[in-house]
Amino acid sequence: MLFELNSASLIEWSRWQFAMTAIYHYMFVPLTLGLSFLLAVMETMWVRTGKEEWLHATKFWMKLFGINFAIGIATGLILEFQFGSNWSNYSWFVGDIFGAPLAIEGLFAFFLEATFFAVMFFGWNKVSRRFHLTATWLVFVGANISALWILVANAWMQNPVGMEFNPLTARNEMDDFWAVLFSPTAMNKFFHTVTSAYTLSACFVIGVSSWFILKKRHLEFARKSILLASVFGFLSILLTIFTGDTSARDVTRTQPMKLAAMEGLNRGQEGAALTIIGFPVKDAALPSGRMRSVEYGIAVPKVLSFLGYHDFNAFIPGIEDIVNGYTSHDGKVYPSIPQRMANGRLAIEALKTYKTALEKNNGLLAQEALETLRENYPDFGYGYLSSPDEAIPPVVPVFYSFRIMVGLGLLFVLLFVVSWWYAKKRKFHKFRIIPYLAIACVPLAYVASQCGWIVAEVGRQPWVVQDLMPTNVAITRIASGWVITTFWMFALLFTLLLIAELSIMFSQIRKGVKE
Amino acid sequence: MLKCLWNIYRDGFSHLPRWGKMLMIIVVAKLFVLFFVFKFLLMPDYLNNRYTTDEEKSKHVLNELITKP
Repeated sequence: MLFELNSASLIEWSRWQFAMTAIYHYMFVPLTLGLSFLLAVMETMWVRTGKEEWLHATKFWMKLFGINFAIGIATGLILEFQFGSNWSNYSWFVGDIFGAPLAIEGLFAFFLEATFFAVMFFGWNKVSRRFHLTATWLVFVGANISALWILVANAWMQNPVGMEFNPLTARNEMDDFWAVLFSPTAMNKFFHTVTSAYTLSACFVIGVSSWFILKKRHLEFARKSILLASVFGFLSILLTIFTGDTSARDVTRTQPMKLAAMEGLNRGQEGAALTIIGFPVKDAALPSGRMRSVEYGIAVPKVLSFLGYHDFNAFIPGIEDIVNGYTSHDGKVYPSIPQRMANGRLAIEALKTYKTALEKNNGLLAQEALETLRENYPDFGYGYLSSPDEAIPPVVPVFYSFRIMVGLGLLFVLLFVVSWWYAKKRKFHKFRIIPYLAIACVPLAYVASQCGWIVAEVGRQPWVVQDLMPTNVAITRIASGWVITTFWMFALLFTLLLIAELSIMFSQIRKGVKE
Repeated sequence: MLKCLWNIYRDGFSHLPRWGKMLMIIVVAKLFVLFFVFKFLLMPDYLNNRYTTDEEKSKHVLNELITKP
């Protein structure tokens, strides 16, 4: 029955719905983050030099920015609707920790963006050049600060810090705002995400400019856009690689299972190799059906250890080590998953006892239960797992997504270097392979972005809040039919929005630059 | 300041090109679908819809947490 309450189906459909809407939403976001910077730079060039070509370039790219922004605006709200309807236990459990950054983001987005967007789009010839330029820069700042708060909230789910669980309200309450804001996970996530968004925007500008070059239109405009975007893109991709490295070190410490899944690493090693390419396949000899053996793998010795700890001989735990318990390279002892499941059950039982003791006014029992709960709270979520297998994320999508993301990132380095060189030498149009490669890199940049999110989000399964709440507990017990119905409605809505964006954008690109 | 901002918005929207008007129609239709169809009809907030006080919501989630395993 479509509308019966089927737990497995409900969880799967809710997850697919969230994944689908997040993927669609993130198609609109990165261009907003990065193109706003390029607009601000182009307009600065115009204000400083007075050259009209920079004004035309600013207005052209601003038009594409506006289309992307208008179509994408508020699509993220669907994710918030889902928190309330499909993930109500989660929404309540994360309490003000998730709510506070999102509320700040809402205020920032409304006041800063609503004010300065108007000036940026409609304020030409109505305000002074410098005021308009300030508005454009503030749109860039506002968009990126909005992203900061969203990513801080996401990072807290990956590495919950700065809070204490209140058993009276069943909520995690923030006790250290700065720990939440400046956790290494939050900082890495923010800088890695925004710099990758800048990279995507640079690919977009180079790709669209390449189309003009192939069509032999607006050649000087295209060349200048490519020069600017390739420098911006090159610096951005270097920062993306750097923050990818710091993210890897953070994941090694806070989410070792995700790292093991990214590598398809089953048994831990000292001097662990980084697999460049390989094929994770099922292997009956492995202790868990969720694990995979990497066949035909090409690996670089010791590099994974270096990425994890900046030490070529560091021990990197594999999935089996994490399940059975291990001591990390920095000496921290991690209990086995069965032990953590036992701790988690103690914590849940203590929560139950605490509630009953309060109802019966038994203060002593309540105090004992509270102490047991606090002692075992770091493993709270493990109490809901029925087997250690459930702590292993899907290896195959995480493994491939990571390699696609990194591989494309390296391709973009090449693109930016080649684009800059040939644009500078005014030979971009002579080697037709380059503009075609640049155009192909536009959708590939979106693929890389989405793969990054797949690594981050699928790799942390089964947790919605790392170690504290698994997906099956976060869910609202509603009829799966509703989730299926809204899934297809969202899919239709987003597909229509995407078609609208692409068709309006393509038509405006075809019209070209007003000179 | 607010009047100036209002004037910029008013003049901007009244002089939108054809594609800009189409974009605005899409934005308004999208917001209607999001807030009216999804938020109010299909995806109301589960806890807010069933419980009025924070205490009731806490009790519900607490029960969920201790009965799930």
